[in-house]
Amino acid sequence: MATYEELKQGAERRWKELNSRPWIRVGTAMCGQAAGALEVVATLKAKLAARKIDAVVSEVGCLGLCYAEPIVDVAKPGKARLLLGNVTPADVDAIVDGYLASNRVPPQKALGYLAAAGQAPLAGVPDFKALSGYGKQNRVALRNGGHIDPTDIFQYIATGGYAGLNKALSAMKPADVIKEVTDSGLRGRGGAAFPTGVKWSFLVRSNAPRKYILCNCEEGDPGAFNDKTILESDPHTLLEGITIGGYATGSTNGYVFIRHGHDGPINRTEAAIQQAYKAGLLGKNILGTNFSFDIEVALTGESYVAGEETALMEAIEGHRSMPRARPPFPAAYGVWGRPSNINNVKTLAYAPEIISKGAAWFSSIGVNKSKGTAIVCLTGHVQRPGIYEVAMGLTLGEVINDIGGGVSGGKQLKLLQTGGPLGGVLSAASTTVTIDFDEMAKAGAILGSGGIIVADSDTCAVDLTRNLVAFCQFESCGKCFPCRIGTTNLLEIVDRIVTCQTRPGDLELMRSIGKTIQAGSLCGHGQLGFNPIRSALQHFAADFDAHMKTGKCATGGCEKPRLSPTNTRPFAQEATPEAALTGRPA
Amino acid sequence: MILLTEAGLAADSETLRQQIRESIKTQKRPTVTVLSSLLAVQDSLGYLPDEAIEEVAAHSKATINEVWGVASFYTNFRFTPPAKHVVEVCWGPTCHLVGATGIIQGLLDEFKLSGEGDTPDGRVTLRYNTCLGACAQGPVMMVDHHLAGRVTPETARAKVKSLGDTNGHR
Repeated sequence: MATYEELKQGAERRWKELNSRPWIRVGTAMCGQAAGALEVVATLKAKLAARKIDAVVSEVGCLGLCYAEPIVDVAKPGKARLLLGNVTPADVDAIVDGYLASNRVPPQKALGYLAAAGQAPLAGVPDFKALSGYGKQNRVALRNGGHIDPTDIFQYIATGGYAGLNKALSAMKPADVIKEVTDSGLRGRGGAAFPTGVKWSFLVRSNAPRKYILCNCEEGDPGAFNDKTILESDPHTLLEGITIGGYATGSTNGYVFIRHGHDGPINRTEAAIQQAYKAGLLGKNILGTNFSFDIEVALTGESYVAGEETALMEAIEGHRSMPRARPPFPAAYGVWGRPSNINNVKTLAYAPEIISKGAAWFSSIGVNKSKGTAIVCLTGHVQRPGIYEVAMGLTLGEVINDIGGGVSGGKQLKLLQTGGPLGGVLSAASTTVTIDFDEMAKAGAILGSGGIIVADSDTCAVDLTRNLVAFCQFESCGKCFPCRIGTTNLLEIVDRIVTCQTRPGDLELMRSIGKTIQAGSLCGHGQLGFNPIRSALQHFAADFDAHMKTGKCATGGCEKPRLSPTNTRPFAQEATPEAALTGRPA
Repeated sequence: MILLTEAGLAADSETLRQQIRESIKTQKRPTVTVLSSLLAVQDSLGYLPDEAIEEVAAHSKATINEVWGVASFYTNFRFTPPAKHVVEVCWGPTCHLVGATGIIQGLLDEFKLSGEGDTPDGRVTLRYNTCLGACAQGPVMMVDHHLAGRVTPETARAKVKSLGDTNGHR
């Protein structure tokens, strides 16, 4: 079996070879694909073949600047990289004939150049790092996004990958790894912000022969796509993080839990797992040590609640993804009844850099008790939507205005929706709130999954609330009746308010249902299910008043028909008496 | 393509069962469960016929009710053959803010549907999705697994107009 040094030498040789030819990287994460990146790749490859130009075309992950997708990054040997934005198949001639063959930069499309040490800037092109969308990022978990081919383990190793795992296995005891992670101040990025080192230490206490590290990439939060982006951009950083967690906790197996249908993240993760096995970085006796560890992908069907930690374990076991009662907690009784630890993708993706660069380095980023970076997905009515990894401690306003370019169309900010649909809404005054787990909690919001949805002054808060409540109702798993029935009642009432057909007592009724859901639900879905309405009533009472008292939407935006899914869970329209008896749909 | 005519039913049912057993058996991930088997069948057939529920139950030593319980829970499963093309459109809050309602209405008009479902000619299945994962490109839709972002009601309709008669989603 190859040692880490041998792997590293081989990887560096390949990296050098790769950079001795023109190398074109195209961002084809989901966001690039939605912007048409696959068509650009196909056109590029055909064009290079027709012109018999010897160049490598790689499909890479995300640089974070979704607004400029598809992004094409052209590197000529020894020269700074040229990054082009909003590229269409029609631009391919200018890239190949113009830039590759005769050094003419397509002027309309140039985003900037990226120069390594000692490389000259490209004339007439701005510095890519001067773009606030890139320059203001502090990329740790996403450090390789857009820079390496996620399906090539050697590119990951050549750029420093698996150094953390090698260090842990060769020079640290499991307890040292846990201490390092605890000292770094890393807190869970899935929403609860629990200290990761402490969580890992719970699993250490069990001597069971089989223990699990579960990585949650269910990510059903609309408006958040950072977990999927990590898997698509740099799956090895996650695998390395899971394996480090496995070593630290004495675990034997890992699962990466992804929603069925998200083919990009699934395929890239599975390819990475295969390569890691082949390189001796997974499986028996990793890097020649006594430590053995296996990782596989587990898929869930479409269900938001599957992202809840105990529901996730139910789904891995193949059941309905409904939460379990706790205690027992997962560290004692987890998947298959065995001790398990569950972390979010982002949390685990930080582990390799924490181990290789040290706890002090990580905790020097961020503020207060929120160390490291936040990976925010900025979407909605914003000039430059994207996925930006920034140091904790920036204000929401800095992210929206400095990085995101402010509200689109020159309009005023009205509302922010953070941390997934159950996170509730914030008013425009919240732009001074810093991105910090505790500060955001004080402001009545959560950082949660990192989604920041921006809404402009033309938005009706009642209309958006209706959308959030419809989501909450649709995704209730149905196990706890207060949540199942309560969210349905809430949606009925909000529908009445939206259509200006409010009945007396509706507000009181909503508040009462909200209390019941919160008290009577096993998991966060019901416990937080009233958040969208509670926060909207708190910050946007005037919008509700307009609907309820004057019978007219203040923004005029609520005249549109209210559309939402009809295929409710569990398949209500098929639930005939015959179906109940036979167990089949009618 | 499976023919669901009365005459061909018995013979086709056995072919169908073989196909189902094959897809259960050839799953490539190590952990095999009721859910993983159902997903494998849906991937290969595009839907879960009654035979799939029975075969998965037999393979997993589970009851029909247990398997049906799982199949009826996850909203991506369907129980009748899908149309030739599957069009999904996102209604999550980001897409909602940037115009999903108009996209959905445009597609409903185009397909002459009043909600999610199949067109009567069996050409297109329309599904609403809570999040297609490309929120920064909203409004987002997906046509036969191909994502498309920043769509307008007009471009959304144009995308589905060109869908032909050949199967597009497998």
